[in-house]
Amino acid sequence: MKKNLSYMESVHRDGRLWGIIVGLALLCFPLALSLIFKATPDYNVLIKGIIATAPMYWAVGIVEIFTYVPMLGAGGTYLSFVTGNISNLKLPCAIDAMERAKVKASSEEGEVISTISIAVSSIVTTLIIIVGVICIVPLTPVLESPVLKPAFDMILPALFGGLAVVFISKNLKLSIAPVALMLALFIFVPALNAGTVGIMVPVGVLFTVAVARILYKKGII
Amino acid sequence: MNFSVNSPILFIIVGAIIALVLSQSIYFLVKAIKRAKELGIASSTINKTISSSAVFTIAPAIAVLVGVVALSQSLGLALPWLRLSVIGSITYETVAAGNALEAAGQAMSNQISDPSVFLAVTWVMTIGIAAGLVLVPFLTKKIQSGVSKIGMKDKKWGEIFNNAMFLGMISAFLGYVFCDIDRLWKAVDGVYTVVKDGETLTYSATSGLIPACVMAVAALVMAVCGGLATKLKIRWLTDYALPLSLICGMASAIPFTIWLG
Repeated sequence: MKKNLSYMESVHRDGRLWGIIVGLALLCFPLALSLIFKATPDYNVLIKGIIATAPMYWAVGIVEIFTYVPMLGAGGTYLSFVTGNISNLKLPCAIDAMERAKVKASSEEGEVISTISIAVSSIVTTLIIIVGVICIVPLTPVLESPVLKPAFDMILPALFGGLAVVFISKNLKLSIAPVALMLALFIFVPALNAGTVGIMVPVGVLFTVAVARILYKKGII
Repeated sequence: MNFSVNSPILFIIVGAIIALVLSQSIYFLVKAIKRAKELGIASSTINKTISSSAVFTIAPAIAVLVGVVALSQSLGLALPWLRLSVIGSITYETVAAGNALEAAGQAMSNQISDPSVFLAVTWVMTIGIAAGLVLVPFLTKKIQSGVSKIGMKDKKWGEIFNNAMFLGMISAFLGYVFCDIDRLWKAVDGVYTVVKDGETLTYSATSGLIPACVMAVAALVMAVCGGLATKLKIRWLTDYALPLSLICGMASAIPFTIWLG
């Protein structure tokens, strides 16, 4: 008889398998191009580009894994780290879904709701991009129009404005310290901007968890 | 075969990889729905999760599409299509491509004609941003079981811990919304100047307020939706409050930019 795996165990097994398959498929893309066009990469450009890109994004990537895995749940993680756009799309989508379904991220109910919402979000994103690529010629003037540009530039403030209302009103006492710290840091440290907000997410998370622990031990929350 | 950034063969390969990624999402969707039913989660909850997640995704996905268009000038359409459907976050991919193009001494606005430069850019984007893809299969289970132990030991703390993580992330983005507000007092005669990559950029002193105003509009819409939904018992309003506040916030950016930019 086949051994019965728990749902969580099967998610990890399948998630790993899919992750490895997709990873290999991605590596095949440049390899296939080399074969088809009988060309090798310009190694000078390649090495310089890797040096400029990899150290920072690998560091950020590792920190992101530790920050986002507990919030996304297992299934959500395996999907999100393949389909990308986590902080600006997948995670807010999953948080909102769990909030409305009134399930906790740490429970198995939270796990499945988060997975459903991230899977749907990934599918819809992929489909929209496919439609966009097919209709690129008529769409380009609309997408690049100077009138609409501010709207696309301001997606993060618009997104987190809504989420902040829900979470701050629910956790008023806990939110004071982290919000005050982040406001002070971002306003007075010039190096903190759109490019570095990703690095500040784990800082915010660790700080807030520490504050929460203190407040919890003192019986304030 | 002669190389072109928009060669049909590129679209065929990219299409195949994207089909693979799409099937992964469908696989996990079906699996999770099945499990949700076993856990006794109401079908109405599952359906609402699906429909509101889909609606919420539309606006951010179009913003991703804008990134595809921006990158397609130099890289053609196939590579940005692949990169932004798989792993890609707009900011990361743009920086990675920019780094590689800079090393090649090529501007973002010129289409690449040399296959070896194109291959180098592709490899930089593939390897440079692969940390998540490479490490997630090995780390997720450990992190996940560590976190669920916290919840098992002390249920109340487990819940607070989760909320604290979400709140920590949200607070970082709230801070980011205010990052340019210092233009108000750093501007000289109402003009704020920065030199970036040898280029001089100027902004109005009040331009740093735009993100804060946009966030305020989104927050207000969200609060009003929440209030109306509870008072008048309009369920669908709760389900679509976040996408609605997102769209209103984004739309408000247009007049705010005209007024303050």
